[in-house]
Amino acid sequence: MIRHDYSRVDSKRRANLDYKKRQFANAEFQQQNYEHRLNFYVLPPTAEITLEEFETWAINRLKVLSELEGCSFRNRGPEETAEYMKGILDKYLPLRSDSSRSQKLQDERRRDHYSHFILRLAFSSTEDLRRRFSRLETMLFSLRFKNDDLRERQEFVRNLNLEWEEVKDEEKRELKDELHAASGIKKTEEQEWFKVDWERVPELVGQRKVLLRRGVAYVPQREQMSMVVAEFTKRLDEALELTARALPRLDEDDRLAPILAHLSQSFTAPDAAYSTSDANIDGLSTITANNIDTLSQNFPLCMRNLHSTLRENSHLKHYGRLQYTLFLKGIGLGLDECLVFWRRSFKLMTDDKFQKEYKYNIRHVYGDVGGDANRRGRGYTPYSCQKLLTEPLPGPGQSHGCPYRSFTPDNLLSALQRMGINDRDVLKTVKEDVGKQRYHVACNRVFEWSHKREIKKVKDDGSWSATDLDTIVHPNTYFKRSWLLKHLGEGNVGFVGESAMGGEEKMEE
Amino acid sequence: MPHSVTPESTPADEPSTTVTQGDTDTVEPEAEAEAEAEAEAEPKAEAEAEAETQDVAMEEAPTPTASEQPKVNLEELFDDGDSDDEFTSSVPMPASQDQEQGELSQPAPIKVTSKSSFSDPEIMRAFYQRLFPFRPLFQWLNHSPTPSNDFAHREFAFTLPNDAYLRYQSFPTADLLRKQCIQLLPSRFEIGPMYSTNPRDRKTLRKASAFKPVMKELVFDIDMTDYDDIRTCCTGASICLKCWGFITMAIKTIDVALREDFGFKHILWVYSGRRGAHAWVCDKRAREMDDQKRRSIAAYLELLKGGDQSGKKVNARRPLHPHIERSLVILKEHFQTSILAEQDPWASEEKAAHLLNLLPDPTLKAALQKKWDSAPSRPSASKWADIDALAKSGSLSITPRDLLEAKQDIILEYTYPRLDAEVSKKLNHLLKSPFVIHPGTGRVCVPIDTRTVEEFDPLTVPTVTQLLQEIDDWEGEEGEKKLQDWEKTSLKPYVEYFRRFVAALIEEEKQVLKREREEDVDAMEF
Repeated sequence: MIRHDYSRVDSKRRANLDYKKRQFANAEFQQQNYEHRLNFYVLPPTAEITLEEFETWAINRLKVLSELEGCSFRNRGPEETAEYMKGILDKYLPLRSDSSRSQKLQDERRRDHYSHFILRLAFSSTEDLRRRFSRLETMLFSLRFKNDDLRERQEFVRNLNLEWEEVKDEEKRELKDELHAASGIKKTEEQEWFKVDWERVPELVGQRKVLLRRGVAYVPQREQMSMVVAEFTKRLDEALELTARALPRLDEDDRLAPILAHLSQSFTAPDAAYSTSDANIDGLSTITANNIDTLSQNFPLCMRNLHSTLRENSHLKHYGRLQYTLFLKGIGLGLDECLVFWRRSFKLMTDDKFQKEYKYNIRHVYGDVGGDANRRGRGYTPYSCQKLLTEPLPGPGQSHGCPYRSFTPDNLLSALQRMGINDRDVLKTVKEDVGKQRYHVACNRVFEWSHKREIKKVKDDGSWSATDLDTIVHPNTYFKRSWLLKHLGEGNVGFVGESAMGGEEKMEE
Repeated sequence: MPHSVTPESTPADEPSTTVTQGDTDTVEPEAEAEAEAEAEAEPKAEAEAEAETQDVAMEEAPTPTASEQPKVNLEELFDDGDSDDEFTSSVPMPASQDQEQGELSQPAPIKVTSKSSFSDPEIMRAFYQRLFPFRPLFQWLNHSPTPSNDFAHREFAFTLPNDAYLRYQSFPTADLLRKQCIQLLPSRFEIGPMYSTNPRDRKTLRKASAFKPVMKELVFDIDMTDYDDIRTCCTGASICLKCWGFITMAIKTIDVALREDFGFKHILWVYSGRRGAHAWVCDKRAREMDDQKRRSIAAYLELLKGGDQSGKKVNARRPLHPHIERSLVILKEHFQTSILAEQDPWASEEKAAHLLNLLPDPTLKAALQKKWDSAPSRPSASKWADIDALAKSGSLSITPRDLLEAKQDIILEYTYPRLDAEVSKKLNHLLKSPFVIHPGTGRVCVPIDTRTVEEFDPLTVPTVTQLLQEIDDWEGEEGEKKLQDWEKTSLKPYVEYFRRFVAALIEEEKQVLKREREEDVDAMEF
């Protein structure tokens, strides 16, 4: 639709304006001066940039954000992430501190500012994109905040004018012990403390890192970051919401729209998505409830653990059921067979109880019941390793999640030994991996060891390409690969790529 | 004697539906009007009851005659009952009639026999008609006497007698909720959040995103199943007074944290009907929290981490956070009594091995192992004392401080509340309403007074059948002010507690509203 706004000059005629006016008019937009390295991105940029700059700056920032997302998927710790991101940031989005006295200081900050706002345009259209963008921008902000020069950071924070009440010396003295106990800080009286409503520092509250008194949180100076970051996220979320609303009215001459669309498309989730091809495995006949025990030989540890817990207790708690049902659905167990499987597994339960309390959930997972969206999407997708690794740890009596993450090293090792992993070196390296929180690396190591002969074979005869043996990031991939490797030479087994093609079609039916 | 109950149920049905319809006819937005309407409904229930007095006598008579006589009664009933009701339903009942009823001995409308089960439709209907405190419940959720969206946009979910689950129900007033309950006779119902629009209209919205939860009490659920690995007295669904001790400890710990740390004031604890307790934090500040804040409160209160395979479940940071420190002080006492003496958690060899696993010192472990091998049946209290005794006698290779901390962790593992945290984390999570009947036990989900939480005994909580019996057995004094049915039963203290709770909440809400209005006025002046 064309909007007629007569007060505005037609863009085509803009160049033909009275030259005198053009020549002597004051610049409409002021170049912003960036005093601080960090930016809350409150004011949008107003000066002109070229189309090329528009695109390259945005793409560079996007690269940084994707890498950051990758770090969180790989479960990298904060230090590891900072280490890894350093090179990438220097290359694509350098941002030097005042003390560097670099010539490019203003230029870098301008780029940072512009690229942020360009991506904001590109990622405000859907709720999903907004949430991801805000999460990643927050990660980037806190990464930079941490690296920032201490003095410059304080200066920046002071400029934000956040409403914090300082704790008076007298109160500090009074609460000395409590403050120490809550924060772990020894010399509490030397620190600066702030009083804020606890709602402003939910993270710190969740980790029990602050003292709470009737809804007021006592935050030490060093935890300031959490509050600043929370404020950053809050403002960004609000702004994104506004951008989304303004987006349809974007005054645009079809040069930017394609770029923006392209940007948001290339922002695809690197999350190891479950592909339907994992469900259909050549040579594996239709799975029934009776096969599960046999097939569990090829399950990854997380699923084996659920399976054996189920066999031991004849019961699994909700999240265990959910995780396992999804996995079984993923390996191609149909709904009817799945119901049979669970009914038989819960052998201490009456039919009535099963029908009433369990059946619906299983059907819901398969998309057999539930809301329109659930049924159309055929239920939920099987969980990936990333999902299992980022969920909260299982509580008492629960056995879901990733055992590499949730078991104590001793229990993990004995579980692995029960699985037949008895090579000392492997167990030792697994323990090291787990110690460094590289859970998926540990799992892949176990896979490689237990399939070492088969892997060697397919590598040697070249029947499997390198991508077929890529790192496993999904329990269903683990199963599929394990099953195929263990059944090499039976029929046309082995060509993962081809079977994948066939699989997708069959799932659609 | 089911066959004698069935014929009578028909006449009982008739008047009851008319009563409720008459009831809703008179509904007006004003709370006072409602109060009247409800007060009016009660005598009618009695009128219907009066017609049936003969039946009750009948029931006590030997069975053979029972099959003949009801037929006669049935017709009489139809005549009386119907005409009686048609005249009274819409017109306020004249005083004389009231008098008449008072003169008759207290009638027994619902035939509660030792054989009737609490899930009988008759029983459920009588419960919703005569006992369930709909008005306080309404005020509780509505936060003001006049019906507002706080109540009208609130989701209710019914579990019907055939176990169908009916979500997204909503009601403008308490009476409509009551009417629906009497019609559908849900075995229980749950309360969800208040939504941005009326839940019943959710499908008519142009954008699905316009329908979203905006407010709900912060809720907690403590269930005995989470304690199964440490409780020795019962398993599964059964409970006794011993294991209720876990819930008592949990209530005390959580309640004090919510009040002192978060500053919440209006916390309603409710017995879940079988083996757990729920908490409803009703402060405005709590109701308006988003998921992230709910998650962080849940995380703040959660201490035990890890599944069955993860070994030591408590690894508290030192120095102990003030909340944990305070909890430890509360729980220590219970540890001596409820755990060591009553639960005796390390009596068996296997359990004792678990205790050893929780200790960090190999030398001490070996010494203890040796000692317990020779006397395997030592009670837990002695085993617990052995730790210190052997440590003192030289079998300690770590510092006494480390041992103390390990012991603190063990105390916490065995006593610290085990929340079903998922319930608390989501704004749109549904939770069973207070005062409904637990379908498995027949007990009413009554509020628990935290001031006397130690005395609360789940096994003495009244069951629905017992309550109805109490109405029947009640001997009213003549000329006294007319009592509502719940006042004649042992439900009375619970309803009164709930009403006081709601009154306090509304009182505070009023002040908040007033303040907001004043601020508004100020803003207008600018």
